[in-house]
Amino acid sequence: MTEMIQKVKNLSIGFRSKKGEEILILKNITTNIKKGETVGIVGESGSGKSTLALAMMGYVKHGLYTIGGECQFNSSNLLKMKSKDLEKIRGRKIAMIPQNAGQALTPNLKIGYQIDEALQLHSDLEEKEREKKISELLNKVRLPSPETIALRYPHELSGGQQQRVAVAMALAGTPDLLLLDEPTTGLDVTTQAHVLELLNFIAKDTGTSMVYVSHDLGAIAQVSDRIIVMYSGEIVLEGPSRDILKKPIHPYTHGLLKSIPKLSLAGLPESMPGSQPQPGTIQGGCSFFDRCNFSDENCKSNSPKLEFLKDLNTSVRCFNYEKLVNENQVSQTINKIKNKSQDKEILNLSEVSISYAKQKLLDQVFNRISDDNPTVKDININIKKGETIALVGESGSGKSTILKSIAGLLRTKDGLIRFDENRNLSSDLRERDPNDLRIIQLIFQNPDESLNPNHTVEEIIAQPLKLYFGLKGEELKKNIIDLLQKVRLGEFYTSRYPRQLSGGEKQRVAVARAFAAKPDIILCDEVTSALDVSVQAAVLNLLQQLKEDFGTTYIFVSHDLAVVRAISDRVAVLYQGRLCEVGPSNDVYKFPSHPYTEVLLGAVLEPDPDIKPKLVAEDIVEERPPEKGCSFQGRCSRIVGDICKKEIPPWQLTESGNAIRCHIPIKELQKEQF
Amino acid sequence: MLFLIIKRILLGFITLFIVSIITFVGTEILPGDACTTYLERQAFGEQLEACYRRLGLNVPAYERYVSWALNAIQGDFGYSLSGEMPIKEVLGPRIKNSLVLASAAIFIGIPIALILGIITALWRDKLPDVAISTVTIFAMTIPEFISATLLILIIAIWLEWLPGIVIVPTDVSFLELLPNIILPVVAIAMIMTAHMARMVRSSVIQVMASEYVQMAILKGVPYWKMVFKHVLPNALLPAINVVALTIAWLLGGVVVTEVVFNYPGLGRLVIESISNRDLPTVQALAIILASIYVSINLLADLLTLMLNPRLKTLQIRK
Repeated sequence: MTEMIQKVKNLSIGFRSKKGEEILILKNITTNIKKGETVGIVGESGSGKSTLALAMMGYVKHGLYTIGGECQFNSSNLLKMKSKDLEKIRGRKIAMIPQNAGQALTPNLKIGYQIDEALQLHSDLEEKEREKKISELLNKVRLPSPETIALRYPHELSGGQQQRVAVAMALAGTPDLLLLDEPTTGLDVTTQAHVLELLNFIAKDTGTSMVYVSHDLGAIAQVSDRIIVMYSGEIVLEGPSRDILKKPIHPYTHGLLKSIPKLSLAGLPESMPGSQPQPGTIQGGCSFFDRCNFSDENCKSNSPKLEFLKDLNTSVRCFNYEKLVNENQVSQTINKIKNKSQDKEILNLSEVSISYAKQKLLDQVFNRISDDNPTVKDININIKKGETIALVGESGSGKSTILKSIAGLLRTKDGLIRFDENRNLSSDLRERDPNDLRIIQLIFQNPDESLNPNHTVEEIIAQPLKLYFGLKGEELKKNIIDLLQKVRLGEFYTSRYPRQLSGGEKQRVAVARAFAAKPDIILCDEVTSALDVSVQAAVLNLLQQLKEDFGTTYIFVSHDLAVVRAISDRVAVLYQGRLCEVGPSNDVYKFPSHPYTEVLLGAVLEPDPDIKPKLVAEDIVEERPPEKGCSFQGRCSRIVGDICKKEIPPWQLTESGNAIRCHIPIKELQKEQF
Repeated sequence: MLFLIIKRILLGFITLFIVSIITFVGTEILPGDACTTYLERQAFGEQLEACYRRLGLNVPAYERYVSWALNAIQGDFGYSLSGEMPIKEVLGPRIKNSLVLASAAIFIGIPIALILGIITALWRDKLPDVAISTVTIFAMTIPEFISATLLILIIAIWLEWLPGIVIVPTDVSFLELLPNIILPVVAIAMIMTAHMARMVRSSVIQVMASEYVQMAILKGVPYWKMVFKHVLPNALLPAINVVALTIAWLLGGVVVTEVVFNYPGLGRLVIESISNRDLPTVQALAIILASIYVSINLLADLLTLMLNPRLKTLQIRK
């Protein structure tokens, strides 16, 4: 019998609502963590996965309380322990690696001190030895020049470096169990792949048990031996990671895996209806009942128990799992998207440069921008009516900056933005006439912030209708309801406030608002990144449907290459504000020709334990683009010589119409691809 | 960093320059001038002309401004009209008295505010917080002229422990002044302390809820070590600017309180010289109060800059 490091028994955690009812966040959780294994806990926001991880350290957030059950570590219940005793376990026996290291490192303390603090608390080392140990730890997490890093403050490091520091800090106490709460969410794809690789290495190297909490099945697939799937505070599926990802026998996991876009498949995945119920709203029956394709009458009134299946070594909470056991692989139904773009050009960016540099007084007086090395430079893109073009790149690649300039929210330094072949759009919002404003609409990343919390859905959608078309009374109301129906929301949503809607519903309202202006072009800025995976597919499908109905053109910005693959006709890859590659998405994904595209695609995490990310380049963060030569020279693994440092690479065209900016000849580029 | 400090100091001087112009123009625009006020009904003909000549009011306004400003920089504000004394001499003891009053309020108020603020935040929603918060909110809502009057009524009139109003001459020694200033100091400090304690409380609570404090707990850092190392430095940094604003606000509070207690400070001088239409003195006071305001804010900004590693390194890099 393998030794258990942590036993969770019948754990329930909840809070008391204003009406005095007890509302459960975690419902009767029982699970064990074995010594040396890595367990992935996966679930959408609100499924209780973080609460469970924190409980494993004996920590319950302000406002919540333990209703029953225990978390046993070395046969003592952490949830009943005195804080004096907990201090000796936290950081020493069980350590946490937080989600957002940038927020979790104390801003006024140097990196070295924060690691030293853990060493002081959890080891008997002398000062000299501790200093050595700090360097060792920083080395282990592969941070360059540990001595200087130790003297820096958290804000002086990049996101990836901060996350590494958090790992080093957790390792300082040589814990037996590491809890990781979404440790790579919020990092760039390339950085994320590197951090995961590091965690895998540490798990092997130190034999530490790990609990990896994430909403991202792609990340979970790379690290875990066993997976626990959570849904509204319950474990719905638990088993060996390969089986769960390849043959999920719970309808929720099954649907979830189907709704994730994959790099290898173009087109939109099937979406799962509805969203996870709010805590305290389930009346009885299975919590997944109303979103389930396999449910029957029994599921409505009785809630299933977690059942252990010996031959599959899996626990499942479903009456009808047998229907799924017989289904082999997750077969993904893909709605192929039709490229409906016409030859007519709708938007043309030529030689666009944008600068964030603070302007000198003289330049301010004459209202001009001077900057030799602007953030975004030489952008030439020709967008056809009805197509979806995606801008991809890591954070800092200038993709959102370009969107802002198209929308007129950010002045360009040079270049022209031309609409419909002959109309020049000023990059200054104040110089655009109302019709110029109407034709381009924006959908933002976070609907919580882009919808006015004091307006009802009706008022939100009425704004553009009144502003651009002067609609009033009955006609206005009719238009609003029409739009709501188009985004699959019923009439009764009109009187609701944004806070009464779920994340997916809010984003639908934002979509309806954008379409209310009857725009020609819609700019989508990371529109699905704030949404849960199961909701993401639904919003993508909706956007595609609306586009086909209205013939709208989308400019789609995203860091998620699989989402981009699913929805776009054409892709433009950006690095440091310079274009690297522009081409039809099939070609960009099939022959990743530019070295940077190759890096990006290699780092994508797929929810499949057999597909491992390929780490081609270092994840260095460059603060500004190089003065001359190729923008990617600093990280490129295929530099051909001095020419890369000195000359801007020429555009080369492949047979399929893919334009690549690189000094390496096309033929050679394709030869060396994976 | 140095460049930034110089820039801030220069900006301070520009602010003062603008204030001086506004006060000068203000006194020019007002109907009547020093001579008409001084001569009252005799203000016509030969006598008025003579007065103008004597006070130098017969030259154009901008010339008068330049010569006044040049003298003011050297600390010479000209003559007060009412007493026909150099304003410098009038101001000296008044500034000293007000400084004593304000600094006593500050040195007593700030530590108490910090302690109360921290206690209420750390014992949030528990008995100490509820008790102290009730008192501070109560103290905040009473304007100082009411609390001052109440203090006089209770302490001076009913209990007869301390003098109710100050009737010592302007230039007495500190020891003689001491019993007189206790009540005014309490009146000023009360409302200021209450304000600051609330600010400190919310700032500490905000930091206590931050992810890095949760991280420190999960790292096994003992409670008090966490409070002193991870919470307070980050919570008190934004409080510095609040303190500066409170002190600047104190200038107004001092004026009111001084009048209530008949305290011989700058505040009472402001009221006196305004009602006497003693324009040169009003001008001088405006400049002095403005410089205090500007320098306190400058000091607070520099202090924040020095203590906040984020701002410091940012400036060096740029």
